[in-house]
Amino acid sequence: MTRFGPLLSARGLRREYGTGLGLVRAVNGVDLDVAAGETVAVMGPSGCGKSSLLHLLGGLERLSAGELRLADQRMDAMSEKSLAQLRRTAIGFVFQAFHLVEELTAAENVELPALLAGRSPRAARERASELLERVGLSDRASHLPSALSGGQRQRVAIARALSNEPELVLADEPTGNLDTAATVDVLRLLDGLRSSGQTFVIVTHDERIAATADRLISMRDGVFVEETRLTHGTSSGLGELAGLER
Amino acid sequence: MTIGRVFLVWRLAQADLRRHPVEAALLLLAITAATATLALGLALHGVTSSPYQRTRAATAGPDVVAGLLNLAPPPKNQEAAVGPGNANRTASGQGAAVEPRQGGETIFGHGYAPSKTRTADLNALAHAPGVIGHSGPYPVAWATLRVHGLTADVAAEGRDPSSSSVDQPKLTQGSWVASGEAVVEQSYADALGVHVGDQITLNGHRFRVAGLAVTAAVPAYPNTEAAFGTAPFPDPGLIWLTRQDAQRIATPALPLSYILNLKLRNPAAAGAFVEARSSLPLSLISSQTILQQDAKLVTVEQRALSIGSWLLGLLAVASVAVLVGGRMAEQARRIGLLKAVGATPMLVAAILLVEDLALALLAAAAGLAIGWLAAPLLTSPSAGLIGSAGAPSVTPTTIGLVAAVAVGVAIVATLLPSLRASRISTVRALADAARSPRRSKRWIALSSRLPVPLLLGVRLAARRPRRAILSGFSIAITVTTIVALITVHAQEMHERVAGFSAIDNPRTDRINHVLLVLSVVLVVLAATNAIFITWSTAIDARHQLTVARALGATPRQISAGLSAAQLISALPGAIIGLPVGIALVSALTHDGPTTIPAPWALTAVLLGTLITIAALTTIPARLEALRPAAEILQAEFA
Repeated sequence: MTRFGPLLSARGLRREYGTGLGLVRAVNGVDLDVAAGETVAVMGPSGCGKSSLLHLLGGLERLSAGELRLADQRMDAMSEKSLAQLRRTAIGFVFQAFHLVEELTAAENVELPALLAGRSPRAARERASELLERVGLSDRASHLPSALSGGQRQRVAIARALSNEPELVLADEPTGNLDTAATVDVLRLLDGLRSSGQTFVIVTHDERIAATADRLISMRDGVFVEETRLTHGTSSGLGELAGLER
Repeated sequence: MTIGRVFLVWRLAQADLRRHPVEAALLLLAITAATATLALGLALHGVTSSPYQRTRAATAGPDVVAGLLNLAPPPKNQEAAVGPGNANRTASGQGAAVEPRQGGETIFGHGYAPSKTRTADLNALAHAPGVIGHSGPYPVAWATLRVHGLTADVAAEGRDPSSSSVDQPKLTQGSWVASGEAVVEQSYADALGVHVGDQITLNGHRFRVAGLAVTAAVPAYPNTEAAFGTAPFPDPGLIWLTRQDAQRIATPALPLSYILNLKLRNPAAAGAFVEARSSLPLSLISSQTILQQDAKLVTVEQRALSIGSWLLGLLAVASVAVLVGGRMAEQARRIGLLKAVGATPMLVAAILLVEDLALALLAAAAGLAIGWLAAPLLTSPSAGLIGSAGAPSVTPTTIGLVAAVAVGVAIVATLLPSLRASRISTVRALADAARSPRRSKRWIALSSRLPVPLLLGVRLAARRPRRAILSGFSIAITVTTIVALITVHAQEMHERVAGFSAIDNPRTDRINHVLLVLSVVLVVLAATNAIFITWSTAIDARHQLTVARALGATPRQISAGLSAAQLISALPGAIIGLPVGIALVSALTHDGPTTIPAPWALTAVLLGTLITIAALTTIPARLEALRPAAEILQAEFA
């Protein structure tokens, strides 16, 4: 189905914590449109409100004010149940800390969203196998997270985020906990997914990952301060571009 | 350990208790419940001896009671009349449940005395060496009593209107016997609901109840069988008439028997006196045997309380283990901080142990106080005895035992989690990862086929199997007691419906009373356990559940998953509790086959338990499910 408007549309997003003198505006009137298949990177120093923005976009936190739409659905007016359903079907999350379930194997972690969405165990397992193969970890399917390296864990987390074929993937510092080699692996994977038409909003303060995006937004004190459209074409020489390979 | 360290341990333990007052209060409650029950059980030891002695003093109680059964052989088709004494019988086994008496002593023995036996034998006994006083022989008529639509068996003793020097029953209400007037033994009157002024019939003869009285010559109802034997019917009630009235109501089929009360020079030698005359064609019973029979009422209570205190003790261990386990999950970061600033694993373990031991000692004191204050409510002896047990004495043994149990419970429940917590790696503890969850491949695979709440529930239960076992154990103990309570009720109902007992059985009433008290305490503790196990599970699995929410699980599914985890462990516990509860009653009463409650009642207990658990766990589960997911996901980097 062809979409004419943006996949994600945010107007005047605001998120406040505390009251009176202790009031903190983590996100203070942000407008954002993300087209289907686009990758948007949001950069900024620690505490500028990047992660809060991502949590708002994923429906993990409620807006204090503003309007948010995903695929023409008003998220800001949705019940918790509807938001959960939306996360199950249309949004995938990738976290800096991976957030894999410790006692589940790589395959079981990837299956989890499909099972939560009510798919049959067999369909969930098949999808998990397919995704683990796609992220290059089919030989690690039966390993527990504790037996995987940081890069491998993040690739499992990315596979899990893709389990229900989400329209939008929200990634919070996906390479923040990784060493250089693992960062390259994850960048390659994200780039491959972007090329296949997956929509991403990536929060990072790593310039190398930001360089792989279609658009780079700088954020400070809860507001967008600068937006740059980047030249597409990172897929061929990703490592070089990111300064990781010679 | 240096004084400085001791001071540090105490200060840190104190600070932590202040920081978590609710948990401290619940720990206190759990251990106090166990110690209070234990203190009650200990307070019951020898509780009847004091009222019995008082009754003996007030009634000039005999040291030995001799009886002469003088009956014609019963007709072949004679059935034991419907009466309270048959409360011990069941439809399947008449007389099978009659308990053996100490040394075979009864006033009238078990059989029928030869017709040639004369009252002269009794008169001779009144002048035996060592006898310093006597009253009687008094005639005893066996009669069927009818009152308030009830029919019961009685032994009607014919007495003189004037006082006797040995065994003069003490009136608790009304006046002593007169022609056409009866005095009913107090505990029997209570069971019948008879009051002064009521009209009764004995073998068809009408009498007015002139008074109620107590005696030390016959054990209080319903243990009279020990005195009267099984013939002509077991456990008759005791009524006093005039001699003439007793003679008037006797029938040819059940002629008069006789009773003689003896006072000995050496009351302590009553047993030997009885033993030495075992070859006589008479039946004799000593005051010590009567005391033992009276104590039977409280003995059952004591046994119930003793088992109850064990059950409560076990439940307290489970509660404390759950609370401590929950606290460990919450305290991981604090433990990490302590270790990071140089605390050794032993010091960390010592802090946690000191907290719980301080609470245990406080609970021991509270338990002793509660037990001491509550004992008179539970231990008041049969109405057939004068006075009450009064405030039981708190002996050093009782204090030591109760304190030892409290400390034991705390140590057993705290030691393992404390040592485990002290051994967590500092880095893991600082990262708030208290303990790696258990992986159960089988349950994970099985749960994949289940709806989301059950999928989450099974996985939550499987990741902490020890906690699930504790939860199931706690429910099993509670259900055991509840089922025991309804089994006692079922037993009563069965006896009433079958016509064996239309009269309240004080012994059953007492077991009921004790079981009810125990059930209430156990239910409160089990409810606390259920809430805290859910709370501990929620804290422990917070990360996993938040990830599930980020992946699309709804708050309702999360909350239902947490409740399901408790139900999964509660179900086997509840099922196990059903037969164990019935077995408990059987062990307590020893009164022949136990009546099993109706299937619907057992099903109701099972369903009621599960519904209650679901309801109790909803609040902590719901609160956890509503915690901001983003906050939890970011907490790792705080």
